[in-house]
Amino acid sequence: MSVAFLFDACLAALVLGIGGWTIAARSSFGAVVGYIAYGLFLALVWVRLSAVDVALTEAAIGSGVTGVLLIGAAARLRTTEAEALAEPPGRAQRILAGALCGLITMAIAAAVLSLPDPAPTLAPLVAENLPPTGLGNPVTGVLLAYRAFDTLLESVVLVLALAGVWSFALDRAWGGRPGARRIPRSEGALGFLAQLLAPAGIIVGIHLVWTGANEPGGAFQGGTILAAMWIIVMVAGLADAPPVSRRWLRLALVGGPAVFLAIGIAGFAVADAFLAYPQGYAKPLILIIEAGLTLSIAVTLALLAVGPAQRRPQS
Amino acid sequence: MSLAIDIFTIACVSAGAFFFLASAVALLRFPDTLTRLHAVTKADSLGLGLIVLGLLPQSDGLFAALKLCVVWLLAQVAGATIGQLVARATQDESRSA
Repeated sequence: MSVAFLFDACLAALVLGIGGWTIAARSSFGAVVGYIAYGLFLALVWVRLSAVDVALTEAAIGSGVTGVLLIGAAARLRTTEAEALAEPPGRAQRILAGALCGLITMAIAAAVLSLPDPAPTLAPLVAENLPPTGLGNPVTGVLLAYRAFDTLLESVVLVLALAGVWSFALDRAWGGRPGARRIPRSEGALGFLAQLLAPAGIIVGIHLVWTGANEPGGAFQGGTILAAMWIIVMVAGLADAPPVSRRWLRLALVGGPAVFLAIGIAGFAVADAFLAYPQGYAKPLILIIEAGLTLSIAVTLALLAVGPAQRRPQS
Repeated sequence: MSLAIDIFTIACVSAGAFFFLASAVALLRFPDTLTRLHAVTKADSLGLGLIVLGLLPQSDGLFAALKLCVVWLLAQVAGATIGQLVARATQDESRSA
């Protein structure tokens, strides 16, 4: 038994253990903490599977930003949590929920186990056709050249999710700033961290996007890091969240998908298919799309974290 | 020479792992939030520092070594800040209770 196998076995046991603990946790805050740890260990699993792109995404979005969203949800639920715990669901309901989860697990397990060995793969095809795009990272090639349509829809879904969150704003707060006003504590540790971390984080985020063409990284991972930096600056009270009615904000939100869509439609004229790139221009076009997407993803995720408008406009 | 470097790495990383183990034990055994926080932040910083120190001679090139140092520094800053924040939250909670 090699050391690597032992490490993998421990990692798998840890992921399963934390997953079980997250389900069993009594308080919603405890469950959220478990979920964040679960996401980080899952990122390690992806690294072990040599899927560094997925690991970065899992750590940044799956664990990081989702964790922030869930902590916000847990904080909102805190006032009613004691009442909810006092009325546990009945036995029948719990058995039903358990049976449903068991059924889904078995269905997924059956699907995975019934895959032919070796599993069907398009990886050789991707590797063969990567040179014409000018990219070095096959994952970026799949995301922005071969399956660009999926990525376009994903970027639109993010904006729709934010529209959903914004629709929870009260009428009188519509167009105002989201979240409660935070008073900056100049002596606070968080303010210090935000001042120190944000400049470094912005560089790391941009680097991740730029390097995504040839190495693991890309618009989603880089954009998420940029969003995290904005979130920490807002949480520390160094900068207030902008009113949701600002035009520059709306433009930044839809800019990425709009640029993506425009280049996609231009594909009809210059490369005879939707989302097709003309020969020799694939890489610059992909970089333009990635730059737009990064901006939109960063702004969308940060605004998702601060929530709907809560303060009256011009207050 | 390479043997001496390897021994240095093994010694440092083992010491670092020991500090992580100690902080995990302390996290489970200490009575309240502030003492646990003390154990976790101190021992983790030292443990990670020792592991980075041990890995420095094994890294290929100055740039990789620098990256390791930056990782250590960032973890250090994050750990210290989170320690402060958790301590303040505990203080606020015990005041309001």
